[in-house]
Amino acid sequence: MNRIYVNVWVLSGLLAAAGVALADEDWGGRRGAAVAPVQDARYARECGSCHMAYPPGLLPARSWQKLMGNLADHFGDNAELPPEDVAAITAWLTGNAADSPVYPRPQRITASLPDTVTPLRITELPAFAAAHRELPARLVSGNPQVKSLSQCSACHRNAEAGSFNEREISIPGYGRWEDD
Amino acid sequence: MKSVLLSIPLALLIAGTAAADVVDERLAAYQAQGAGEFSVATGEALWNRRVTDARTGQSRSCTACHTANLSAAGRHVETGKPIEPMKPAVNPKRLSDARQIEKWFLRNCKWTFGRECTPQEKGDLLVFIRN
Repeated sequence: MNRIYVNVWVLSGLLAAAGVALADEDWGGRRGAAVAPVQDARYARECGSCHMAYPPGLLPARSWQKLMGNLADHFGDNAELPPEDVAAITAWLTGNAADSPVYPRPQRITASLPDTVTPLRITELPAFAAAHRELPARLVSGNPQVKSLSQCSACHRNAEAGSFNEREISIPGYGRWEDD
Repeated sequence: MKSVLLSIPLALLIAGTAAADVVDERLAAYQAQGAGEFSVATGEALWNRRVTDARTGQSRSCTACHTANLSAAGRHVETGKPIEPMKPAVNPKRLSDARQIEKWFLRNCKWTFGRECTPQEKGDLLVFIRN
């Protein structure tokens, strides 16, 4: 069974630093659940060739739907797929999305997102922005080994497995990230 | 100029790997679609051709992500994700699956050249990469 548990406690830690108090268990709720099972092989192959295969629990189903509907212009790149692959991957992504029933509770990462908004980028999520607000640019855009906040796995060592535990963060050229 | 003449029976005789079979099958298909002989040199020139993208003004080529050296690893120009070498002798997974070959031609020809590649161009590129 393809179940991905997105553990986003690191966000809670960073949010706490930003003045937002959250309990760890609010973020995915599976402290220590290190890792999610293997992702869908087709998704990993077709989407993970060019970028990290983002865990589907990081976006709501409507976002995946919209994204998969326009692969010919995928953030400026062409990521077209045969229709059967589009259908299968869309079904898997939406079936494991942040607002899908695979999660016992709503995911914090999308909790503050208005229903009327359909973000195409995980980095557009309000909770994501809040969690990364403290990061100086020199560690991200100014860091050749990171380049962009979209490179989750550059710093979150278990990101591809769906785990964003703060203890797993190691920023290239900087090291561990700890909130005050 | 180095040319590759397609001869299916000969190719089958000498084809020692799955990749060769898949490529030969693709080459035959392209010729059935009207392509002529395929050329390693033409494929190489196409691989290195720089095209300015009309919308972004960005200079694009196959080498932007794959580098000019088929035996070397590349890097996705936008995301920075490493791309394994293209040459089947170095990376046997390459050119071993017709479906993957066509998928990447569709995506990457459109990104690089702003249009799909012709059967002739695809064949030239395949013989260059396999060479």
